[in-house]
Formats: sequence, structure tokens, C-alpha cells
Amino acid sequence: MSGSAAEPSPRIVRALREAGLAALVAIGLFAPIVGLRSDVAPNGSLYLRERWDDVAILVALAFGLRFLAVLLALHRPPRTASGRWEEPLRRAGQVLGPLLLAFVVLLPFIPSFGRYELDLGILVLTYVMLGWGLNIVVGLAGLLDLGYVAFYAVGAYSYALLATTFGFSFWICLPLAGFLSAFAGVLLGFPVLRLRGDYLAIVTLAFGEIIRVILINWASFTGGPNGITGIPRPSFFGLPFSAGGGPGSFADFFGLEPSPLHRVIFLYYLILALALLTNWVSMRIRRQPLGRAWEAMREDEIACRSLGINITTTKLTAFAMGAMFAGIAGSFFATRQGFISPESFTFIESAIILAIVVLGGMGSQVGIAIAAAVMIGGFEVFRDLQEWRMLVFGIAMVVIMVLRPRGLVSSRTPTVALAERRVIAGSLVGEGHG
Amino acid sequence: MALARDLLYGPHRETYRPHREIWDEGNGVAYALQQLINGISLGMIYGLIAVGYTMVYGIIGMINFAHGDVFMVGAFIALISIIMLVAGGGMEGMAAILIVLLLSMAICALYGWTVERIAYRPLRGSFRLAPLISAIGMSIVLQNYVQIAQGARVKPLNPVLPGGIELHRAEGFVVQFSYMQMLIIAATLLVLGVFTWLVTATPLGRAMRACEQDRKMAALLGIDTDRTISLTFVIGAALAAVAGTMYLLRYGVIDFYIGFLAGVKAFTAAVLGGIGSLPGAVLGGLLIGLIETFWSAYFSVQYKDVAAFSILVLTLIFLPTGLLGRAEVEKV
Repeated sequence: MSGSAAEPSPRIVRALREAGLAALVAIGLFAPIVGLRSDVAPNGSLYLRERWDDVAILVALAFGLRFLAVLLALHRPPRTASGRWEEPLRRAGQVLGPLLLAFVVLLPFIPSFGRYELDLGILVLTYVMLGWGLNIVVGLAGLLDLGYVAFYAVGAYSYALLATTFGFSFWICLPLAGFLSAFAGVLLGFPVLRLRGDYLAIVTLAFGEIIRVILINWASFTGGPNGITGIPRPSFFGLPFSAGGGPGSFADFFGLEPSPLHRVIFLYYLILALALLTNWVSMRIRRQPLGRAWEAMREDEIACRSLGINITTTKLTAFAMGAMFAGIAGSFFATRQGFISPESFTFIESAIILAIVVLGGMGSQVGIAIAAAVMIGGFEVFRDLQEWRMLVFGIAMVVIMVLRPRGLVSSRTPTVALAERRVIAGSLVGEGHG
Repeated sequence: MALARDLLYGPHRETYRPHREIWDEGNGVAYALQQLINGISLGMIYGLIAVGYTMVYGIIGMINFAHGDVFMVGAFIALISIIMLVAGGGMEGMAAILIVLLLSMAICALYGWTVERIAYRPLRGSFRLAPLISAIGMSIVLQNYVQIAQGARVKPLNPVLPGGIELHRAEGFVVQFSYMQMLIIAATLLVLGVFTWLVTATPLGRAMRACEQDRKMAALLGIDTDRTISLTFVIGAALAAVAGTMYLLRYGVIDFYIGFLAGVKAFTAAVLGGIGSLPGAVLGGLLIGLIETFWSAYFSVQYKDVAAFSILVLTLIFLPTGLLGRAEVEKV
């Protein structure tokens, strides 16, 4: 399979042979599943519909792709160690960060941007916040969490239940939701203290599913599969946003023309502020003893313990901190949607958030933001493609991982260094290992 | 059917407790016996999938997230070949089932090989999260690919092998050991027997065990590790295809989403049995199947997934190596 020099045959012939093999495999793969579609007849029995033209297209595609791949791979000189991108990218990151921030802050005032763009911005920023939150757990503390969406759900339901049952305002619920989620994080953290790596991943996944099943079945408390409706929308520190204006509303107080856009813009700035808070807190904590302990634990737990660092509290704080930000993002989600149901908190969400963190390169906050924008933005742009976009999403995940396993930004800057801080390769750190 | 239904849709669409009223009438033993039979046949299916997880985990140390979806693909191939053979070719009974099984295993093995080749092999030696993300991506791809190619609707299949042996008949309640359940148990045992022989007594099995112990050393000693890993995936996928076929024949309804829950539960089974241990995977599968069936029968169908997942968590806390994890010397 690999292009060994011992083979005397010309490249084209070799590529053709490989491509022919790929086409054969493709026939085997696609002929039954694509070529024969099982459909339910009106009388309830099953019959097959033949679609050989689609199979032909797919086989031709497999042939062509493999042919090109082999041809190009043979022509290309073997790539030297990465580093081609790293330095320019890092430098660009230093400029890009503030530029991006300025763009994001000014986005609502860009004339041609309307409701749709703002909603998309809110969605992307929500995932940026979740990505930064998860980065605390996976990137800094090195704990692989596949059930992150559980804390998002806890936050969303905390807000929804507190607001609809007790009539608490958004600003009271926000810290409460964060606190409750952090508590859930500690609850999860305790039993999994001893687990590492994939075991941890699967237990967190199970935890996420348990939370979802409880949300679905504890109908008297959570509303079951129907979810919770009529969640209060946020107010501007007590001033409600109403489309019609009216006395005491936001537009009336500031003497503005009443517009439904005000609330969207407010939500946009709200999630922007929350996301930046996440970023700020995690960047600050990184440099404090707690953050250093996280990173030390990520690299070597035993060494850490020998140096007197309490692994229990270090792990639990990482879980709690990550969960808290997910909970805050969750309550934002609840207030933005006005309606939540267990459907929104499936495993696929956890996978998407983890994918954002990994694809962004876990050492870089900017990388995660870009990854969120690309993945969620791309996902929304292709909304018309319906079920195809999920397929494309999956393919993109695989392709990006194969091409750049360390993510978009694959260099890491150590938090502390002896003389000068130098960029190191991502492969030198143990993110997601523990 | 009820079990299949909530395995498919998750428990939230389940609105009743099957047989609950019968249990209340006092046919306790008969009811429990029926649950035992159901649980064992479900557990066999989990066990077959779990073997695939445990093999791959043993050999390259990653959770093959797409394995549950390979199981789902296997079920679909079986469905298509059944329609072809039974409806189109007029075949019936055991001969048809055998051909369906072989077809499903062959094509599924090809899927397993392709998945490994595309998504995992380029990432060999990369950092640990990369193959995991790639595997999650592959799982999404397979699910949506089947959804697009075969439609999102549930496919109901008429029983291919109806009937069974009545073990016990009490007023209003019959304990039945259906032919299908017998077939599942017999086929599983047969397949596992062949598989055990493959692992313990063939050069391939030896190579697999060597790779599991130390891949680098195995490579130095002349074992083609890439080929061995590929074959591990192929065998795992073929076993998943058997499980998929049995699942389809037993429960009669499949859709593109059955892979996720079945996959997570099978992984739970693998962990419960001790990951890396083949008998452990089957034992774990049986336990999960039994626990799930009895939990649904006596407590609540709604929370049966919680039961399975709680077992996973409890196992990992109190028995991190699983039931047969360390005691079992022979691993793949």
C-alpha cells in the first residue's frame, strides 16, 4: 500500500491499480446499501428499489479520489516535520485575536447584517463559550469528557425551572445555574477520580446519557420529552424588551424606536460577555497555582502527587469549573430559546463541542474560536441540505483529524517557563490523556 | 417487541410496562423464566458486539466509536438480503438465514476494513484524542450515510422464523423459547467457538495476541502489524454483522440509529467483563442483557438505560479491571 521505491512500475500505472482496487471496494460497500433501497410498500411489506446509477457515481468518485490521492502523494516530496505553519500562525494569532474581537464587538452595527446574521453569531458564540469551558477540562486538566452537554443541560434546566417555578429573574438564575452545574460537575467528578483516558470518556458519556434519560422520564419535574415552555426572556436589568415599545420597556426608557432587534442585539452582547468571561477566567487561572496544578496533573499525575498536589481537589475543581461555564451557557441557551427539551442535549452535542476543542488545537483560545465559527457557521450555512449536512460534518471531522490531528493551531505556549516562553509542538503535551 | 422498540427509540416513547399485569397475577416463576430466556438472547447480541470493542481496544487501545454503527450497517445488509432472498427468490428457513448471515458478514467486514483504513490507520501513532474524534466522525458519517441511502423510516420485517417451543403454560401466560432465540444462542456460540479457535490456534490469532501485548516488539519480530490490525477490525465487524443480523431477525424493526445505544451498551459489557478479555466480553454482554431485561420487567422500562449506564459507572469504580480483566491471561 505504501509507496515503496522498490516498485519499478510507473506512477500512473500504480495509481490506476490502487484506484481500481478502491473502486472494487466501493462496489462492495455501496452496492447493497446505496444500490438497493428498502422501502415500505403501502400494504406494509418491504420491497427493494434499485438505484445503480448512484452506485456508479460513488464508485467513480472513489476511483477518482484514490487515483488523485496516490498520484499526488507520490509526486509530493515527503513533508518535513511540521512547523511550516506554526510560527506565522502564532504571529497571526497575536494580531488576529484583537482584530477578531473588534469585528465581533462591532458585528451588530454592520449595516447589512440583520436578524439572521445576529442569530448565527449568537449560536457561534455559544459554542465558543462551551468550547472554552470544555478546554479547561480537556485542554488544561487533560481529563477527557464526553458528557459535557450534561452540564449544559443542567444549567438550562436550572434556569428554566427556577424562572418558571419561582419567578426568579435571569440575573439571579445565572449564577445559581452556574453553581448547580458546578455541583453536578463535582458529583460526576467524585466517582471518576480514579479513572483515566478512555474509561473516563465512556463514563462521562454514560453520565451525559443518564442525565438525558432522567430529563426525559422525570416528567413531573422536567416536563419530560415535551420540555419546558414559556421560559422568561431576559430583560435589560429589569427593562423588558417588547416589540411594541410601551411604557417601561427598554425602547421607551432609552427613547429608541421599538424594534424586535433590540433583544437579539442584547442577547448577542450577553453571550459575547459571557464567552469573554470564560476566556478571561481560564486564562487567569492558568497562571495561578490551581491552573498550574491542572497542567502539571495533565502531564504527570504521579509526579504531581509526589510533589504534594492534592489530585482530588485539582480534578474536582477542573470538573466544577468546566461544568460551571457550561451551566451558564445553558441558562443563556434557555433564555434565548424560551423553550428547552431533552432533544437539545444529545450525545452529538458533546461530540461537536469536543470536536471544536480538538480541531481548534487545545492550546489556543483563538484556535477554538475559529474552529467554532467554521464548524457551526458551516453547519448553519448548509442548513438547506438537511440530512446531508450531518454527513458532510462527519466527513469533515474525519478529514480534518487525518490531515491535522493536532488541530488548527498545533503549537503550544507553556504557561510558565524558566527564561523565555517559547512555542513548543503540540505533541509534547499530554492534553486529553488523563 | 417492546424491548426492541425502546432499544430503538430510547425509553421515552415507551408508554406501558410489558407483561406487568401478568406478573402481578402470580405467575412469578414462569414470568421470570421468560425474562431469563429473553435476557440471554439479548445478552448474546451485546456480547457479540462487545467482542469487537474489546478486541480493538486490546490491540490499539482506542474505543472504536463507529463499531455500534457497523453493527447497524450489518443489520441493514441483512434486511436487504432477506428482502432479496425471501421476497425475490422465494427462499425460506434456515438456508436463507445462512446466506443472509454470510452476506452480511462479508460486506460488513469490508465496512470494518474501510473504516480502519480511512479513519484510523493514518492516525496511528498520533496523539490519543485524534483517533477518538475521527471515530466519532466516522460514526456520524455511517449513521447519516445509511439514513440518506436507506431512508429514516423504521423498517418492519415480518418474522422469518416464527414459532417456538412452549416450555410452560399457565393460565393466560405461555413461556416460549422461540426458534429465533434458539438460533441466536446457537449461532452466537458457534461464531464465538470459531472465533476462539481463530485467536488461540492460528497464526493470525498469535499475531493478534502479540500485537496486543507489544505492537512495536511484534513489528520487530516480523509481524505485519498494519495487516493484523486491519484483520482485527474485519473480524470485529463480521461479529457485529452476526449481531446485527440476529437483532434484525429477533426484533424485526431497525433504523439507522440503533447503533448508538447498542454500541454504548456493548462497550459497557466489554468494560464489565474486563476490557481486553474475550470471554469477559461475552460474560459482560450476558450480564448486561439479563440486567436490562429484568430491570425492564420488574422495575421500569423507562430507566433501563440508566440501569445499564449505572452498572458501567459502578463497575469502573469498584472493579476497574472488570470481572475477568486481570485474571484472564489470554487476551487479544
